[in-house]
Amino acid sequence: MSYQFTVSPDFTPIHLSGWYIFNTWLQKQTDNAIHLEMYNDFQEQRDAIKNDNVDLIYANPFDAAMLVREKGFKPLVKSAGESDEAIIAVNAENHVEDVAHLEAGIRLAVTDDPDVRMMGMIMLEPGDLDESNIEVIPSDTYVIVAKHLLKNEADAGIFLAESYDELSKMIRRQLRVLVRSQISVIHHSLMIGPRLLDQREKIHDTLIQMNNDDKGRGVLESLGFEQWQTVDDEEMEFMIDLMDTLTM
Amino acid sequence: MLHDMKPEDIVGDFQEVTLALYGGLSRKILYTDIETPYPDGKLIVSTTDKEGVITHVNQSFIEMSGFGEEELIGAPHSILRHPDMPPAAFKDLWDTVNTGVKWQGFVKNLRKDGGYYWVKATVIPNVREGEVVGYTSVRRKPSRTKVEECIKLYPTLF
Repeated sequence: MSYQFTVSPDFTPIHLSGWYIFNTWLQKQTDNAIHLEMYNDFQEQRDAIKNDNVDLIYANPFDAAMLVREKGFKPLVKSAGESDEAIIAVNAENHVEDVAHLEAGIRLAVTDDPDVRMMGMIMLEPGDLDESNIEVIPSDTYVIVAKHLLKNEADAGIFLAESYDELSKMIRRQLRVLVRSQISVIHHSLMIGPRLLDQREKIHDTLIQMNNDDKGRGVLESLGFEQWQTVDDEEMEFMIDLMDTLTM
Repeated sequence: MLHDMKPEDIVGDFQEVTLALYGGLSRKILYTDIETPYPDGKLIVSTTDKEGVITHVNQSFIEMSGFGEEELIGAPHSILRHPDMPPAAFKDLWDTVNTGVKWQGFVKNLRKDGGYYWVKATVIPNVREGEVVGYTSVRRKPSRTKVEECIKLYPTLF
């Protein structure tokens, strides 16, 4: 039997090959045939999940509730010590000093990364901004968000903090961070679906021990991770509840 | 356990009032008019059991409330209850979450040092295997416009 693995479409592009390397490693370690399917966007990926095509997923926290509560997925691991954080940034020449001083009608550059967009919109609330009184400038990547700011095609942009920090120094010098989230408990997770659940413990243990040998460490490095850390059912339920409070 | 507030913990001039709290508790409150601004980018998170007793707090909760973690765990969530908050707001909160629905509102919270901070709070029942086992409360930075509206509205609800 062949299984399907997929990765949240907001993965950092430099790690694309890393996910293929990881999938090859995982197949060898667990003796499963696993096909890695990379979807172009979140909607395509959600359609695949709804059609029960997915067995293993490195999931965006925004999709965790649907995966657990509607599709019977269980958490396995997350990248140790990492969490998803968002940044609101403006062009360095913009005179706004406080996110609360951004005014209704601003042009906001955003990607379709759902958890980052949600965290960013929450940080705009103190200035009475919401989806109804901003102009969204859709952007395929965080580099495009930065370009919109540099060309003054947007007044503010929402970034995944990790992606902002990976922008070149030259670009960052022309931007200014108004606010960076410090939420700490929202994170991507590797999750396992119903057809693979009987192997949950075996796959979990294999992943947790992955950094104990050179080969495994090399694969983790290609993903930009140091090691995996267990996500138990209650931690996942807690994050789902927390996400639920934030989508209101 | 919920103790009366102590003058030695209070920073600045204070007023005194005794509040009747949920569950037949009462507490002597010492409060000042010093506001601590909500920090940008942070969430205050706590969980309680079904009776509203705190079981988990995050670091932002500790920093903003001024209490130590050991003082918060095991205390009723009403340890944050400010006398300017109308009882009707909390009745609405409990009536809502007891039906399994999320509640959201703007709340003036009391600090250990007698000061206060405004939050936009969302409370959700934690449902595990079909049973409500507790509640998670997440607070975020509120809009100042909404806070100004509440400052006018809440005194009319007593």
